[in-house]
Amino acid sequence: MKKPVIQFKNYSFQYRSQTAATLQEINLTIYEGEKVLIVGPSGSGKSTLGHCINGLVPFSYKGNVTGSLQIVGENPKDIFSLSKKVGTVLQDPDGQFIGLTVAEDIAFALENDCTPQTQMFDKVAEVSKLVEMENYLDASTHQLSGGQKQRVSLAGVMVDDVEILLFDEPLANLDPATGKYAIELIDQIQQKTNKTVVMIEHRLEDVLHRPVDRIIVMDDGRIVSDTTPDELLASPILEQCSIREPLYVKAAKYAGCIMTPDMQPAHLDTFQVDACKAKLVDWFAKVDRPQPKAKTETILTLTEINFGYTPGRQTIHDVSFSIEKGEMVSIVGKNGAGKSTLSKLICGFEKPNSGKIYFRADDISDDTIKERATRIGMVLQNPNQMISKQMIYDEVAFGLVIRSFPEAEIKKRVLAALKICGLSPFRNWPISALSFGQKKRVTIASILVLEPEIIILDEPTAGQDFRHYTDIMEFLVELNRQGVTIIMITHDMHLMLEYTPRAIVMADGRKIADDSAVDVLADSRIVEAANLKETSLYELALRAEMEEPTQFIERFIAYDQGVRKNGS
Amino acid sequence: MAAEMLSYIERQSPVHRLTGVTKLICFIIWSSIAMLTYDTRILLCLFLFSIVIFMISKVKLKEVAFVLLFILVFLLMNNLAIYLFSPQEGVKIYGTNHVLFEMAGRYTVTMEQLFYQFNVTLKYFTVIPAALLFIVTTNPSEFAASLNRIGVSYRISYAVALALRYIPDIQRDFRTISLSQQARGIDMSRKEKLPKRIKNAASIIIPLILSSLDKIEMISNAMELRGFGKNKKRTWYRARPFQKIDIITIIIFVSILLVSLYITFHNGNRFYNPF
Repeated sequence: MKKPVIQFKNYSFQYRSQTAATLQEINLTIYEGEKVLIVGPSGSGKSTLGHCINGLVPFSYKGNVTGSLQIVGENPKDIFSLSKKVGTVLQDPDGQFIGLTVAEDIAFALENDCTPQTQMFDKVAEVSKLVEMENYLDASTHQLSGGQKQRVSLAGVMVDDVEILLFDEPLANLDPATGKYAIELIDQIQQKTNKTVVMIEHRLEDVLHRPVDRIIVMDDGRIVSDTTPDELLASPILEQCSIREPLYVKAAKYAGCIMTPDMQPAHLDTFQVDACKAKLVDWFAKVDRPQPKAKTETILTLTEINFGYTPGRQTIHDVSFSIEKGEMVSIVGKNGAGKSTLSKLICGFEKPNSGKIYFRADDISDDTIKERATRIGMVLQNPNQMISKQMIYDEVAFGLVIRSFPEAEIKKRVLAALKICGLSPFRNWPISALSFGQKKRVTIASILVLEPEIIILDEPTAGQDFRHYTDIMEFLVELNRQGVTIIMITHDMHLMLEYTPRAIVMADGRKIADDSAVDVLADSRIVEAANLKETSLYELALRAEMEEPTQFIERFIAYDQGVRKNGS
Repeated sequence: MAAEMLSYIERQSPVHRLTGVTKLICFIIWSSIAMLTYDTRILLCLFLFSIVIFMISKVKLKEVAFVLLFILVFLLMNNLAIYLFSPQEGVKIYGTNHVLFEMAGRYTVTMEQLFYQFNVTLKYFTVIPAALLFIVTTNPSEFAASLNRIGVSYRISYAVALALRYIPDIQRDFRTISLSQQARGIDMSRKEKLPKRIKNAASIIIPLILSSLDKIEMISNAMELRGFGKNKKRTWYRARPFQKIDIITIIIFVSILLVSLYITFHNGNRFYNPF
């Protein structure tokens, strides 16, 4: 029998500021050397469960604990003794780097332990070799690539010889290829060191890129399932908790295949496709092909845009494209490829060094930010960066009040925008009472009141679980249907495939592709150059020996959207 | 870019090789002398000496040119202000009156006044190269270690180092927020009246504070999870032991301090009087 390292017994926790318990009657045992994934929708308590393991609960976030928790055979006494046993890698490596250089960041925990300097040098050298960063010790943490940052933050917790590695949403904010790489890295490290690994993440398919031993599903503060990946995927639990199943599993289910654990659905490589090949082919023939949208007029044109923040270092090279009224387009590419810069150029936040931007036939290259804002609205990724008022109504009305619109007109527009965004019942609420997703809607509403014809959104669904993701995206589709052109900057391949028929791909400041989302992901050359990730649907179609794999993807998406709209 | 001025410049030089503690101590000594004395001979010597150190450090003039220019403009304004408010200060100090040429009222130009203002300027010139050098040749993390070594609590030392580090981040956030609020229509330019502009600024500051608070929560969690604040003391990866060159440097600077104090107060007056 293996040694248990984490043991929750009838454990409940209630945050001091909340009226109901966030965790209820948790019974969970994790054994030495296991690799466990915890999934669940937002607000299910999965992050709180992670905080219990690393000690932030109850030592930093106070509250009421009942039941017992043992970590490596002891009741946690304080956060510091726990940090010797549990190493936590938080989401967003940028936010958790403390040292200025790689070596200092790795050594941070050792410094706090008063380790003599010579020992620190040895230990840092040893750990950096384990994560293959030994040649970057003096590099500044800000200059590293996404993958290197992951390695450094991992090394920073491994210097402590912890027994448990806890990853809190390791995939958030990473581009698809880097996310895949992060999962491989975690797997490698676990195999080398045989530590216990606990991951909290809602992007199930991405985590399953490498095997995990067990998946714990949480909903409403309780554990609703604790089983192997194969068992879980064969059950209806994920759907009930609105967690997105891997797309190939979903496709097979749509085709009418009965999933069983024997089919090994946890990985596409092991998945026994043969059993449902006939059904998939049948289904493909039955489902309708989505109709392409009719062409309309061109609304936005960029011609040969060049731009650099500092002279001599060009960020954008010769980018041209045009977008039609009523389109929904995504701009994708790896971190730092120039996606956000491009959106800033369109909104006039930055001025191009050369090239022109046209709105319909008007040259708007010389318009000010304020002038452009009535035609093109921009929604930032983090709603906290946009909200400046306390009340929802005031926040949404702000742009109109400042433009001195008459009171009656303001009221009319604000109420209309709130209605579209599903915020009417809350119009007299303070913003602080809203959830993240609702705040996002407030920021969209505050842009909508200016009645722009184009809205640009930076990562509209980052950090959202499947339910909120669907809500936000369906809302954007509805806006789009009413005639607003939507441009999205995103890392999410599902989002790109599902909602934007067209994708513009950026790499190193150049446009390397401008095609249908499905075709972009079917081109391995583009996928590699832009750090994207192919979809499992494509491979499923190949393995089921379909003749038109891209058609299969398109039909799946159309069908899936139909099901979700009618189902929920 | 503005975000990168006054940051650490990596070089191989004897000045860089000194530990942060040595540089901090020497800088404190150096500025105390410059503050205490008005003795032209000492100031001139110190000024020449600081130029020599600057050359040894291999920091190029153009790397600090912007800040230097900024300080020089201030210096010029300071000089004009002294003359404006106290045109006969030199006469009062040196007790003689050599008129160069007559001007309206009390604004008559005297040798004494010019000499006094020359001394003030020289004081600036003595401190500026030393201050710039200290900033650009001391690694920020070593700076934290140095503060800690001379007795400042490590929590405060680290807070100072972190604050320095996050300045560029906050500047970037400020810019993004300000642009997105301008897109909603606020006007921060001179076209708007001042009270309105102040009100508008609030719509940038509030989101900036809120998003910075998110960041602070994240970094403080990250630090706590890795044991920051556990012990009364901590060690520093970047700390460097004292070497011969450090001890020699400190001895030299202490001697300079003693000598200049002796010369300055020898005749009971902080001013050197050539008249």
